[in-house]
Parts: sequence; C-alpha cells; structure tokens
Amino acid sequence: MAEVRFDAASRIYPGTEVPAVNELNLDIADGELLVLVGPSGSGKSTALRMLAGLEFIDKGSVFINDKDVTLAPPQDRDIAMVFQNYALYPQMSVAANMGFALKQQGIPKDERRKRVEEAARILDLEPYLDRKPKNLSGGQRQRVAMGRAIVRSPQVFLMDEPLSNLDAKLRVQTRTELADLQARLGVTTVYVTHDQVEAMTMGHRVAVLDHGVLQQVARPRDLYSKPENRFVAGFIGSPAMNLVDVDATNGIAIAGGTVPFDDSVNVANQSGTVSVGVRPEHLSLVTDGTPDSIAGEVTVVEELGSEAFVHVRTKHQGDDLTLVVRDEGETSTQRGDQVSVAFTGPTHLFGADGERVGD
Amino acid sequence: MSNNNAGPVVGKRTIGGYLLSVLAWFVGFLFFFPVFWMALSGFKTEADANGPPKLFFEPTTEQFSEVTGDTTGLLSAGEAFSNSFWAVVISTFFVMVLAVPAAYALSIKPVSKWKDVLFFFISTKFLPIVAAILPLWIIARELDLLNTRLVLIILYTAMNLPLAIWMLRSFFSEVPKELIEAAQIDGAKLWGQISSVILPIVAPGLAATALLCVIFAWNEFFLAVQLNPIEGSTVPIWVTGNVSTRGNFLAKLSAASTLATLPVIIAGWMAQKRMIRGLAMGAIK
Repeated sequence: MAEVRFDAASRIYPGTEVPAVNELNLDIADGELLVLVGPSGSGKSTALRMLAGLEFIDKGSVFINDKDVTLAPPQDRDIAMVFQNYALYPQMSVAANMGFALKQQGIPKDERRKRVEEAARILDLEPYLDRKPKNLSGGQRQRVAMGRAIVRSPQVFLMDEPLSNLDAKLRVQTRTELADLQARLGVTTVYVTHDQVEAMTMGHRVAVLDHGVLQQVARPRDLYSKPENRFVAGFIGSPAMNLVDVDATNGIAIAGGTVPFDDSVNVANQSGTVSVGVRPEHLSLVTDGTPDSIAGEVTVVEELGSEAFVHVRTKHQGDDLTLVVRDEGETSTQRGDQVSVAFTGPTHLFGADGERVGD
Repeated sequence: MSNNNAGPVVGKRTIGGYLLSVLAWFVGFLFFFPVFWMALSGFKTEADANGPPKLFFEPTTEQFSEVTGDTTGLLSAGEAFSNSFWAVVISTFFVMVLAVPAAYALSIKPVSKWKDVLFFFISTKFLPIVAAILPLWIIARELDLLNTRLVLIILYTAMNLPLAIWMLRSFFSEVPKELIEAAQIDGAKLWGQISSVILPIVAPGLAATALLCVIFAWNEFFLAVQLNPIEGSTVPIWVTGNVSTRGNFLAKLSAASTLATLPVIIAGWMAQKRMIRGLAMGAIK
C-alpha cells in the first residue's frame, strides 16, 4: 500500500528544449486508481515511466510512501508494470513469466508456485500455466501481463495503455474486470490511456495532460461538469463539447442566440475573443420562434438507438458553424430539415487565455 | 504468427517458375559437385583418381588409413586435429565471452560514441593479414610463442572478435526494449537481465555467430603456416602436407580434405538446430 507524489518533476529529453513532462505536481492516495490521459505527445507515458524509474528525472522529485525514489533504479522501487505490448518473456512459460520477479527476490520455489497459482486462479489462467506466450490469444497474454504484476503484491501498479491491443469488445469487458480487480486488491494504481472513455470509466480521479503540462486533475464527474480550461473541455466527453469562439465586445451570443450563463459569470467583464462551451445534451431542438434559439439546417443525424446526435449547421460571425445536439429517444429529424436549437442546460465560458470563467 | 498452422505459401506454378526451379537445381548441383567429387576421390586408388574421371569404381578406404597413419617426423592427423580443436574451441569461447558484453554496450545501453567504437572494431580488419605477418611473427618470437597453440588461440580470438561483435550487436538490437524494461521492473539486476532475458532470445544469433567463428578459425591457414610450421600445426597444414613432389597424391589429398571438412559440417548441423528457432516470437504483439 502506498502513496505516490510527483513534486515538480520534469523530464527533458536530450537534444530537445521543451520538456516532455513539465513540473508535474501530483498526489496519488493509497489505493487510488489514477488515470493519466491526454493526446499522443502529452507526456502521460513519460510521466509513468518516470515513476517506474525507466526515465531519468531531470528536475523535481518523485516519492513513493514519502521515500524519495527520484534516483532509485526500477529494481528498488517495488512497483509492477503492465506494458502496452505486454512484454512477456517469449522463452518462458506462463508460470515462469509470472514467477520471474519472485525468483529475482530469491523466494523459494514452493512459495513461488503457490503465489503464481493463486494469481492464475484470480485471472482464470490456470489451464495455461505451462504454455508459452506465443501460444496464447491477445486477451490471455494481457491477463498474463496482469498476473505478472499482481503476483508480486507490489506497492504500486503501473499500467501503460494495457488494453489498447485488444479488440473493442474485449477491451470494454477487460476494462471492467481490471477496475474490479484493482478495487479488490486495493493497490495504488497509475493507469495511462489516450482513450478518454477508458479514463472516465476507470479512474477514481483523472489527470489530463497536454504538451507535458498537467491541465486538471479531478474526479471524472467534476472533470466533465467543470472543466478548468478549454483543452479539458474539448478533450473530455464523447461526442465532444461544442466550443465556439465568440467576440465578447457586445455580449455573448452564438448565431444570434444569446448564451445564458450562471450567476458567477460576469459577461460584461469579458472582452476580446472568448470561447463558449456547451455539451450536446445541454442543447435541444425546439419549435421555430423560441426566444434566443439558433436557426440552422441538419447535415448529419447519428442514430444510436436510445439517443441521436444531430449536427446542425448555422452561420456564426460570418462563418459556417456546426453544433452537435443530443436528441433523446427516436428522433424524427432528417438531413436537410430546418431546425431551431436552444440552450437547455449549463454552459461554460473560457476567457481569452483559455481558462474557465466563473464556477 | 497468426497463421502458424498454415503450410508454406505455394503459389501457382507457371512455366517461368519451373524454369527457375530447374535453374536453381542446376546452380545448386554446380556448387555441390566439386565437394561430391572430392569425397568420391577419397575412396579411389591413386590410379583411379589420376586417370580419366570415373563415376563407378571399386571403393577403397586405403587412402583414409594412409593419411591418418603416423609417419615419424611428419605431422600426424591426430596431432593436427587436436591442435585445431583446441585453437578453435578456446578462441571461440573467448570471442563469445568478450563479444557479449561488448555487443550489450553497443546496442542495449550504448556507450557514448558507440558508432566510432563500432567502426574501430571493423577497422581492425582493414589491414591485409600479409602486411601484419612480419610484426606478428617478431612479437610471437620475442614472447616465445612460435610453434605453440597459444599463439593461434590469441590470434584467432583477435581475428574473429570484431566480426562477432558486429553480428551480436545487430541481434541484440532486435531484442524488444520493453522486455529488458520488464526485467528491470521485475527486479532483475544486470546479469539477470542478460542471462534470463537477453541471451535466451538471441540464442539463434549466438549459435550463428559461434558457428562462423568456428568455421573461420578451423579453416585459417596463413597464420598457422607462418607461425606454427613445426609444432602446434593445424588441420589445414596437415591437409597440404599430403601434397607431394613424388608420385600421385590426388586421392590422398581428397581423403584428407574430406576428413578436414567433417568437423565443420557437424558444427554447422548442431548450430542449425538452434538457429532455425524463431527470434522473440510472441514476446510483444
């Protein structure tokens, strides 16, 4: 059981000037599953590898259980890692793969066998213990990689996109199993993914990174409802939040429809180009003539059964603008329909610097 | 490895395909024929071997007994094979022991200026050995190493080391980085990473490299004949010892050459069993 702390930790790759991870400050609680998410090149994997000891830490420190491990080699950190491509030892059987770390610790053979069998039972790997990795399916290999991590009972689990090599269906199933396993074992886990759905569904808290900089760390719910900046607003949520650049000189309106904000936002204080964010479910299709509605034409209808996402094209400040609107139930809307869109839920405002305005 | 149950891919045979097959067999036969003829001639009498070419004859092992028989004052087969065996085995052992850490330091954890180091190793092969033989001979004489097995062990190690480092480096470079990282995280120290993870994966490469070193050292003639003409002579010197100025020697020479080839064939056969195993299959997706 362990807490993990990044203290202004930076990684600057040799020959580059921009840090891959820039002064990362992050506290991870004992037993927490923290997800690092971001687009490629955001530094999320680098941050994980800094914690693993596989990446040099140029500035700042990393602590595991209040012990400074900044300069400690991976062997001395008592961590286990699941790699994206599993990195199973090809010449060893499944049992030997899972027992390898225990063997390095000098644990006797009987004890090793017992712990490997226990982990194999948890992961349904018992029939495969004598097989070589090449004779396993992708899902089984993934479980062996998991088994190799849990058999050690380490302080911290590190997972680097462990599900990205699985097909879509298996990924969703394994995601749930993994979250359940983590909760049962109660081991502090840092999980890296580029998939924001995975981040939202699995993380106790989610840390969003972009260009090596931590943008926001919060519970999934808060990340979704109160994104702290324009990047997080656009990255979290599927389909993405509608983000519209607006000239704030004379109030804030999109295509003629004045945007309502809650009381914490002082619209009169805004100037220059700001961004308005509104999630598809906080827009509705309404009858013509509703006050402050936006008129437009339907270009695409994404029918999902329980809901539909309707793409509405309108004119905003002289340019084409497409808004995505969630329509509940079975929609009767079709491409080419003339519709009106109204604001029905919370809206978000991001200032010229991209930061959130108001609560 | 998704279709590892499928047989080899066989395309539709076309006329061109047949012609290519015939050509390949013909070229193969052309290469094999001199070896075949050599082995055949070893079983002939000198009269048969030196007469018009004969495919059918009364085989005899007379030449084999003669070339392996001892004659006082001449290099015996047993001595030559024993000298060659030790020079080859010990030099190859040292080559591998030195090349493995060198290859590691040039691929997995590259030292600074590793490219220059790599170039230095291969540059030692630029100088023709003829140009180096006089200083080598003088040094060997000063150190009392002439006509000893030791001088060949040292020189064969030096001769094969650059090649072995180059070969092993390229095999080591193909070991997936994640496997070594996984071993680090699993708590393996440097030697554990090398012995448990890297070496088993590059085993086919080790076998191929060792085989080449064995072949080169076994066949080496120039250094041996210059430095060890009296004692410590090797098999190639013994083979040429059957060239005589009096009488016919073709059958005897063929028998000796055939015997000299056998150990290399056996070494190749043993190495091949390791080499055909796939590299790092199933390690990463």
